[in-house]
This record gives sequence, C-alpha cells and structure tokens, in this order.
Amino acid sequence: MATETPATPATSAKPAARASGAPREGTVLNFFSQGFLWLWSLMVIVPVVWIVLSSFKTTREIASAPLALPESLHWQNFANAWTNGHIGAFFLNTIQVMVFSVSGTMLLGAMAAYVLARYQFFGNRIIYFGFAAGMMFPVFLALFPLFKTLGNVGLLNTYTGLIIVYIAYSLPFTVFFLTAFFRTLPTGVAEAAIVDGAGHYRLFFQVMLPMAKPGLIAITIFNIIGQWNQFLLPLVLMGRNPDDAVISQGLANLAMRQGYEGDSGALFAGTVLAMIPIFIAYVLFQRQIQEGLTAGAIK
Amino acid sequence: MKHGRYPFILSFLALPVGLYAWLVILPFAQAFQISLTDWSGSSNSFDYIGFDNYVNLFKDERFVLPALRHTGIILVVLPVVTIALGLFFAFMLNLGGRSRQGRIEGVRGSKFHKVVYFFPQVLSVAIVGILWKQVYAPEGFGGLITGALGAVGLPAPVNGFLADKRFVLAAVIGVLVWSAVGFYLVFFSSAMASIPRDIYEAAIIDGAGRFQMFFKITLPLLWDSVQTAWIYLSIVALDVFVLVYMMTPEQGGPDTASEVVGGVIWKYAFKHGEQAFASAIGVVLFFAALSLAVVSLRFGRREQIEF
Repeated sequence: MATETPATPATSAKPAARASGAPREGTVLNFFSQGFLWLWSLMVIVPVVWIVLSSFKTTREIASAPLALPESLHWQNFANAWTNGHIGAFFLNTIQVMVFSVSGTMLLGAMAAYVLARYQFFGNRIIYFGFAAGMMFPVFLALFPLFKTLGNVGLLNTYTGLIIVYIAYSLPFTVFFLTAFFRTLPTGVAEAAIVDGAGHYRLFFQVMLPMAKPGLIAITIFNIIGQWNQFLLPLVLMGRNPDDAVISQGLANLAMRQGYEGDSGALFAGTVLAMIPIFIAYVLFQRQIQEGLTAGAIK
Repeated sequence: MKHGRYPFILSFLALPVGLYAWLVILPFAQAFQISLTDWSGSSNSFDYIGFDNYVNLFKDERFVLPALRHTGIILVVLPVVTIALGLFFAFMLNLGGRSRQGRIEGVRGSKFHKVVYFFPQVLSVAIVGILWKQVYAPEGFGGLITGALGAVGLPAPVNGFLADKRFVLAAVIGVLVWSAVGFYLVFFSSAMASIPRDIYEAAIIDGAGRFQMFFKITLPLLWDSVQTAWIYLSIVALDVFVLVYMMTPEQGGPDTASEVVGGVIWKYAFKHGEQAFASAIGVVLFFAALSLAVVSLRFGRREQIEF
C-alpha cells in the first residue's frame, strides 16, 4: 500500500477509504452501538430519577401509580425523613466520624508509606507486604474477633472504636498506593533540603508531603467515598444504639422499619436526601473522583 | 543525615503498624484459631476439635452448600459480564466514533455517558439497595419493572423479582453489574488512552474495521488491565453480602435462593451464635480469595508489549 501511494499523506488517505464501503458498516454499527450506549445511560438515569419523583408522592400513590408523575409535591415526606427518620442526625454522625477517620488514615498512611518508600531498613519488605496483603483479606473473617477485641477495651458502640477500625482497614490500600507514589518523587529536591540542613521530620512535612499532593488528593477522595459508604463495619460494631448510626446504616434501618410501618414516601425522601450531597460532590469533582477511585489501577 | 534515622523510622511506623497489627492482623489470626474450636462466641469455654468444623461445613445442605453454589455463580458471571460491558463501552466511548481528519475519537456524547455510567459507583450500597428493591418490587407495591411489564400487558412475577426463587439471584447480580460497569469503563478508558493513536491510524489505513481494531489491537494491549480487573471483581464477588442483606427477603431468601458465603458467615456468627463454624467458612473464603489471586497472576501472564 505504501508503494502504491507514496506521496499521499495519511490524512488524505482516510476519506478515500471511508468513501468505499466502510461507511455502511460504520453506520449500522454506529446505530447499534449508539443505541446500546443510550440504553445503559437510561438504565442509570431512570431508576434514580424515578426514586426522586417517588419521594414526592404519598405512600398510597407510590403503591398504586408507580409510573405516574406525583399528583402534587408532597414535601411532608422530607420533613418526616428528617425528623422521624433522623437523616439529619445520621449525616452529622457520619461527618463526625469521618473528619477523624479520613485525616487519621491519611496521616498514618502517608507516614508509613513514606518510610517504606524512602528508607532502607531491616523488615521493610515484610511490613510493606503485610500491608499489601491486607487488601485481599475478606473482612467477614475478622468481624467477630474484631467485635470481641473492641468489646474487651470498651470501644464497642463508640465512635472512637469505629474511627480506629476505619483507619486500620483503610491503611492497606492507602499505604500500598502512597508507597508507589513516594517512590516516583525525584530525589534531587530531598537531597537539596538535606544539604540545607533539614532533619527527617522537616523533610517529610515541608518537602515531601507538598510534593506528594496529587497522590494524596486522589487517595483522600478514595477513602472519603469508601468510608462514607461503609456498611458492614458499623452494622457489627455500632449495633446497639440506633441513634448513633452512620448514614448508610441509618438508611438501612429506615428501610427495615419501613417494612412494617409502611411509610415508603419518607424512606425515598431519606434516600434522596442522602443522595444529594454525593450528587453535588460528584458533579463538581467528577474528574477527580474518577481519577481517585481508579487510582489504584494505574500502576 | 544518618543521625536520628532509626528513631525517626520507628516513630513513623509505630502507630500505623501497631494499629494495623492490633485491629487487622490479630483478628484474622484469631479467626483461624477459633475455626479449630467449638466456641459458640458467648461463653468463655471451648475445646479444640481439629478440623471438624471444616468437615461439617461441606455437609451443611441448609446454608453453606447453597451459599457456595451462589457465590460460585457470582464469581463467574460478575467478572465476565462486567469486563465485557466495560471493554465494549470504553472502546465505543474512546475510539468508536468516526475518524475526522484522520483522528480517532469516541462517539458523540461520550463525555456525558462516562459521567452517567460512573455515578452508581459513588452511591452507597444502602442507597443502591433501597433503589433497586423498589425497582424490583411487586406490582401491588409500586415496582418499576413489574409496573412497566403490566402496563404493556406482559406477565410479571406476582411477588416481584426478589421474592421469586427463579429471579432473585439474577436480580442481585444485575444490580452488582449495574454499579460496577462505570468503574471498569473509566478504568479501561485510562488504559486505552495510553495506547498510541498511530497504531490505530495505521490499522485504518490498512483497512481494519472496528471489530478487528478491537480484537487485534486494543484487547491484546489491555491484557494486563483486564487481568487486574478480574482480580478486583473476583474479590468483590466473594465479598457480596450487603446488597443481599438490603434487598432480599430473610437476607438470603426466599428459601436460601440468594444465600451467599458472606451472608452465611454473618448469620452463623451474629444470629445463630456458632462462632467457630462461621470462622471456618471465613477461612475457606480466605483461601478461595488467595488462590484466585495466585492463579490469575500465574496463568494470566502474557508477553509484555512495550509501546
């Protein structure tokens, strides 16, 4: 082919190829694949929009006219969800826990990762693989011993207990990812700082941490979403007092209760209320969130 | 700079390693130990009974065997379907469009699709569970699918999809795929972005269609990513429980038709007070996860292609 049209640049060769036969195959395929792409988009959009619409219906309407638009905007559902359903309190509980658990995870994770990435010492590899292996452990196996461990030190059903457990179970991925990240940072800057007389601690806090900012942001987002969505650990470790529930657990309790109280309007309103902050954050930071969550995948 | 090295290392590692050892490593080790006893979990007395729990586990027709079967099904279906859809969508959204002036692009609206597809990933399982439970609900409770089927005159299961033994497992897997596809779309997209465009452009000049481009260029070059995705999804499949807990009747029903291994561990440990037996199932799950990772890393290896 190259010998036949030696002078033709690649750009002008393409329209010619397209003109002969290729477009028809392209059109059929395009039609099919466009249709399929839209179908999947609708599969995401329709249930979400539908639940938002349902949250404005009365409970009777939800059961009798699921496909219809709400007759009138029944704001009462949201008031019920907020006051009777305690959605507001669950939000505050979750934020209270996560302020400490996310910052704790990041601080401890960064410290461990930095040392593991930048210092050679006996036991380095063992500790690193110890953390990395934790990514694979099925958490079910540890649930009961963990329950007992916290009970023994009086931290069961406390936020302090939940916070340290969140930190411990977020460490494997955080350390694994940040170790790889600290390794990629240039050594020149660190050496210059040492020449200028910086100690180990100043080097970490004033030089290395600022340089690692992109990695830290990505993994912070990862941990925020992971801990916000955590369900199994609070289910087991915070089971005693329903008022102390974090958001996903509180919603689940609401869903269970709805089974016999039958106020599905309030349940959907609560679900929508829980979805709103996530939705706003997602729209605003969609690129960062996608990068943060898939960060571990890019070696 | 040698000075103060070890105190520094120690001060930075003590807290994270200590916490991790105390709350992660130790409980896992204890679970292994508990699995060899007859401990109920509530009393303080127990005896070591060797591997009896492991033997009994494979005789438990009521919960464990159905759960193993269902988790096995999820383990096969979830990765296959999710990876196939993820690859297809990623290819269409990144490279499937017409080529303009010799540049390959994704189909129109690809940015929008990407944002939409990924959204379920940021929703908590609790929200996803509530959402889909209502979508699958029986017609009398205002289910979306049953209502829509009824509206066009098609038959729908009377008690909804989740209370029907024939559909419940498929319904749960459907939701799992629904929430995972967006992640793998983005995951494969970023891997595809690192494949140089001139390879595709050369292929187009040589007259390759999109099918050939996908199977002869994209897929072989993405093999590493597919393998990673496989491991991730296998671990997800083994850990399925919260959705089953949220959506299905009796948290694994009806009649154990959606029982999964994670759920059985939870039931034995926290509802039936058979801690040792629950731990034994957990240990089996642990080794299943371990061997999956080892197998896929060992046999998935292909020749590395530099580009």
